[in-house]
Amino acid sequence: MTTESAATAGTTEKQISLPLSKAIEISFRSLKIRFWRSLITIGGIFFGIAFLMSILTGASINEALVDSGSPQVRALLEQKGADGDSATQQVWLVSLSLLVCVVGITNAMLMSVTERYREIGTMKCLGALDKFIIQLFVLESTFQGLVGSVGGVILGCLFMLISMMTSYGWDPLVLFPVADVAWSGLYSLGAGLGLAIIGALYPAYRASQMPPADAMRTEV
Amino acid sequence: MTEEQTAVVDAQYTATQNIVRTRGVKRVYEMGKLSLEALKGIDMEVQRGEYISIMGPSGSGKSTLFNMIGALDKPTEGKVYIDEVDVAQLDAYELAWLRCRKIGYIFQTFNLIPVMTALENVTLPMIFAGLATDEAIDKGVDLLSLVGLGERVQHKPLELSGGQQQRVAVARALANDPAIVLADEPTGNLDRKTGREIIELLRELNQEKQVTIISATHDLKMLDVSDRILWVQDGRITKNQRREELDLDLGQIGAEEE
Repeated sequence: MTTESAATAGTTEKQISLPLSKAIEISFRSLKIRFWRSLITIGGIFFGIAFLMSILTGASINEALVDSGSPQVRALLEQKGADGDSATQQVWLVSLSLLVCVVGITNAMLMSVTERYREIGTMKCLGALDKFIIQLFVLESTFQGLVGSVGGVILGCLFMLISMMTSYGWDPLVLFPVADVAWSGLYSLGAGLGLAIIGALYPAYRASQMPPADAMRTEV
Repeated sequence: MTEEQTAVVDAQYTATQNIVRTRGVKRVYEMGKLSLEALKGIDMEVQRGEYISIMGPSGSGKSTLFNMIGALDKPTEGKVYIDEVDVAQLDAYELAWLRCRKIGYIFQTFNLIPVMTALENVTLPMIFAGLATDEAIDKGVDLLSLVGLGERVQHKPLELSGGQQQRVAVARALANDPAIVLADEPTGNLDRKTGREIIELLRELNQEKQVTIISATHDLKMLDVSDRILWVQDGRITKNQRREELDLDLGQIGAEEE
């Protein structure tokens, strides 16, 4: 044991590390202490993903209704007229809402970086590497993305189901395409997480580039 | 031993005695078209185990010099050696390692991480250094007891007074048994009595643990515990006094203050 540690001492001696569990703990608490602000950011992701999810769910239910072959439903569908134009419009709307969502995340994270310059500088004085700082900020954003997306998926799915049930009665529930909607849920969850991470990249990079001497700055 | 060998040994001995050494350090800040020379050639040595105060008014270059010694900034010209290693030659990993293991920092504004308890603040540098959690916790409790906060390990910074927060910061600075503790105006945000206690704590640690302490200050209370005082003015060291020499001047300084 002693010889082994002596042998590895040469290589591990100059290593600096931050275990993932510790990083998760730190970033989780940083969110908790700014609970209301985090909630606003989460809200942005929540509504963006809810919108995406409702569109996807709506499409799946429509398809299921068409496949059911009930003449009554077919008549209703024709009456509503699901045409190509409104589909492209929806794609645009969803894309825009997701874009707004990313901008919101970036903005919130940048604010958080400016607010915490001293904390970041201190961490660097204690020996944190640039990548630790990036890791902490990206993790924070990932948590927000996760909570927001899960909520958004549930809300979007329920909202669309209920809204379709008001037009078609019990059919959407009876014919509910579970597998399709589950896949849509996974996509939306992935999209939410992806957007949260993309939104956090630039702020996290900015934070990692802060000089450690900033920890000494006394003015706020 | 031949004379030559003795000379080599002597040279090594003096080399390891200097924990910090600067040679012709200049630092120029470029501000658009203006360039400001904050340091105009600093030569200084700090020996292992010394307690040094860097005194100087704001704008004197004191903070810049302090950042150089703390490996927080690189000189425009000249060399800074910490433990005889040229700081300019280090890459990002080695610099982080140096800051983590060799230097402990104490700040005027305490700079504890607000979301962590006192104990977690103290153990963070140990975790960076790769210490196992259990070991880190044991050592953290010991250090907090050493600074007189053994009963408050689970308190968050905001639940502690200024003096207590600075004690936590002192414990954190000692986490990885650094060779140097750098204190930037450690008493600047504290009242007179608490400031005094922190200074005494630093002095005790300096004597018991043989840690080198370098402190930037304009607190005159710091003077009589220092082994040596460097006076910085206008980017240069204007005076390098040992404490013995200082006693003669102290009355005069006190008079100036009033």
